[in-house]
Amino acid sequence: MGFEDTALMSRILTLMTLSFHIIYATIGVGVPLMIMIAQWVGIRKKDEHYILLARRWARGFVITVAVGVVTGTAIGLQLSLLWPNFMQMAGNVIALPLFMEVFAFFFEAIFLGIYLYTWDRFEDQRKHFLLLIPVALGAAASSVFITIVNSFMNAPQGFDVLNGELVNVSPLLAMFSPAVPTKVAHVLSTAFMTSAFILASIAAFRLLRGSNHIYHKKALFLTMKLALVFSVATAIIGDFSGKYLAEYQPEKLAAAEWHFETGSEAELVLFGVLDGEEPKYAIRIPYALSILAHGVPSGEVIGLNDFPEDEIPPLWIHYLFDTMVTLGMWLAFFSFVYVVGAWRGWSIVTKQWFRWLTMLSGPLAMLAIQAGWWFTEVGRQPWILRGYMKTSEGATTSGQVDLMIVLFAGLYVILGIGTVVVLSRMYKRNPVEKELAQRESVKGGGE
Amino acid sequence: MTLEIIGISVLWLFLFLYVIVASIDFGAGFFNAYSAFSDKQHILTGIIQRYLSPVWEVTNVFFVFFFVGIIGFFPQTAFYYGTTLLVPASIALILLAVRGSYYAFATYGAKIDHRGYIYMYGLSGLMLPAALSPVLAISEGGFMRLEGGQPSLDYWALFTSPLMWSIVVLSIAAVLYISAVFLTWYAHKAGDIKATQLVRKYALVWAGPTIVTATGIIFELRGHNPEHYASLLDLWWMFALSFLLFLGTVFLIWKKRNYGLAFILLVGQFFTAFFAYGASHYPYLLYPHLTIYDSFTNESMAIALIIAFIAGLGLLLPSLYLLFRLFLFDKDYVKGKSDYHA
Repeated sequence: MGFEDTALMSRILTLMTLSFHIIYATIGVGVPLMIMIAQWVGIRKKDEHYILLARRWARGFVITVAVGVVTGTAIGLQLSLLWPNFMQMAGNVIALPLFMEVFAFFFEAIFLGIYLYTWDRFEDQRKHFLLLIPVALGAAASSVFITIVNSFMNAPQGFDVLNGELVNVSPLLAMFSPAVPTKVAHVLSTAFMTSAFILASIAAFRLLRGSNHIYHKKALFLTMKLALVFSVATAIIGDFSGKYLAEYQPEKLAAAEWHFETGSEAELVLFGVLDGEEPKYAIRIPYALSILAHGVPSGEVIGLNDFPEDEIPPLWIHYLFDTMVTLGMWLAFFSFVYVVGAWRGWSIVTKQWFRWLTMLSGPLAMLAIQAGWWFTEVGRQPWILRGYMKTSEGATTSGQVDLMIVLFAGLYVILGIGTVVVLSRMYKRNPVEKELAQRESVKGGGE
Repeated sequence: MTLEIIGISVLWLFLFLYVIVASIDFGAGFFNAYSAFSDKQHILTGIIQRYLSPVWEVTNVFFVFFFVGIIGFFPQTAFYYGTTLLVPASIALILLAVRGSYYAFATYGAKIDHRGYIYMYGLSGLMLPAALSPVLAISEGGFMRLEGGQPSLDYWALFTSPLMWSIVVLSIAAVLYISAVFLTWYAHKAGDIKATQLVRKYALVWAGPTIVTATGIIFELRGHNPEHYASLLDLWWMFALSFLLFLGTVFLIWKKRNYGLAFILLVGQFFTAFFAYGASHYPYLLYPHLTIYDSFTNESMAIALIIAFIAGLGLLLPSLYLLFRLFLFDKDYVKGKSDYHA
């Protein structure tokens, strides 16, 4: 295999691992907060349903965490296996947050173990609830640290290069690159949003399957309210992300928007196809790109013409960007309709077709996460460390990457199917109606 | 003490902790599969699951800690080991996935107790040390070629090397021995006489192979890496101490006394041997290409990592104490009297 081929193979394997891992990572970051809120509501309202909700979510959550540990270990090691040259360089500058991530996860894993195995062990429910706080904090902190590393790849700083050597390294400066605020906020809010939608999907699925239990209705209303809050937060943060890109990575924004010529009063191009440099069949929103980039219609947006041809990201990221934004908008709108509808007692929210849409929202949110990560990663190309190291320079020279792709593809398929089968079997064997009835008869007892 | 020494000592300590906790985990899985095979499964499964299920993720973090830490302190290892270990490390990842998914799917989840799964899980416990330990052989030098400045692994030399195979055999024997000694103590604490008898027998069976292969490796190094062999001999007293501790463990297990102390002596035995080996390897991370000095990160990163490590430890030690108090030292939990799983 040639040098370029190895780099391509390494990219494919990394893309595969990350795309699979991000499903579990998103759930891993978002769901602890949802469990916390449900348990808190349960304790406050003295409502057994919310407590059971937290407990049942926790049971499913632990399975996704276990698979996430596996895929997370895989990507952690693959970084060094597939990108040894990059890690050698990056290790000198950005190792600190990677190291801190391990501690954050350590912390989370310990308390998750304790939390899971101590249901009903404490007289006071609030003590058990307290154990969740380090779980949620550890999960969020892990994602913050990893996102900091990714931010560094997009906007590297905190070092100088002198004759090919890295000098004046400042680990803290490298950690707080300009990409950090928007990226970290975006990753956290979308993880909470997506987890809320996924849990809402499950409740909607149960209601569609004919259950009319108040438990599922409470679950649905709670999760949709949370989904709305975090969708709105995501939209606001998304606007700031646009401004970050315009300032620090204009080529990524320009490629996403098919914005070829630097100019003000730029229009936002949605979908369409590219004919040379001319978008066709696209929806065009006047001034919108200038507003996204600078907040005013007169803002000047840098176009692709300002960059050398070999430093321009692939133009198909336009579709990834559009997919992400469209899904995000739809989900915010949809959760808004649901919450207002449920609150005002509109009949449409209990209609079958509306529940179908609700059920779809979880998978759609996850699709938006995928589109977003593909967008940010492909949009950084050809760089692995923007401005310093190209992706092809960072890759391994080992000739066996193609074989590993096959191996890991098989693994991820098995893990994916396993997760679905085990989760559905677990909940099917122990439906909530049965569990509620049991808890009625043995009040207060454990399993 | 230089920053380099602090860095490698911290990493070596965590690798040691991983060796101990992972050995318990790997070996227990194998014993579980073996007893399923010989229809004695009910004896061990309960014991094993009560201990392993809450802590396996913590075990895994020790491993992640080591490889993330070594890239942090010694970034150049990414270049040498990252390039050459693609295949063995990927295989190890797959095996780790088998274990992780067993916990996820079989013990937390729908309780799939399919025999095939139990066997796969058990075998992965033996294959993992076999996949990971050749790295120690590679670090002795002679198995890596540099072609046009790019390192690659000489598989033929590696797979025909008696040193590599001895290390593999030692890693497997040690896994089973460490695990059996720990489980003897744990089963005894749980008051499970049958299980104690069974794992005590395993402990005695695997004590011999562990010490024989460990001694053999020292002599094989004489031919393979005389420099390392010479510095090993300089530390003969540490190995002698390790051997005495080994005798102590075997004696206590044999006499059915103080299983707790027996396990502590075992940890001492491996600690002295592991650190004597590590110290004699100094300053090389990879003979003869890489030392801890020429691969070390810059000073500001090293200091930042050490501060982060101390802060992290301040957070972790109390949490680990809590975890162990609840699951390892809580009599009711160990005996299976209380089950509060979600």
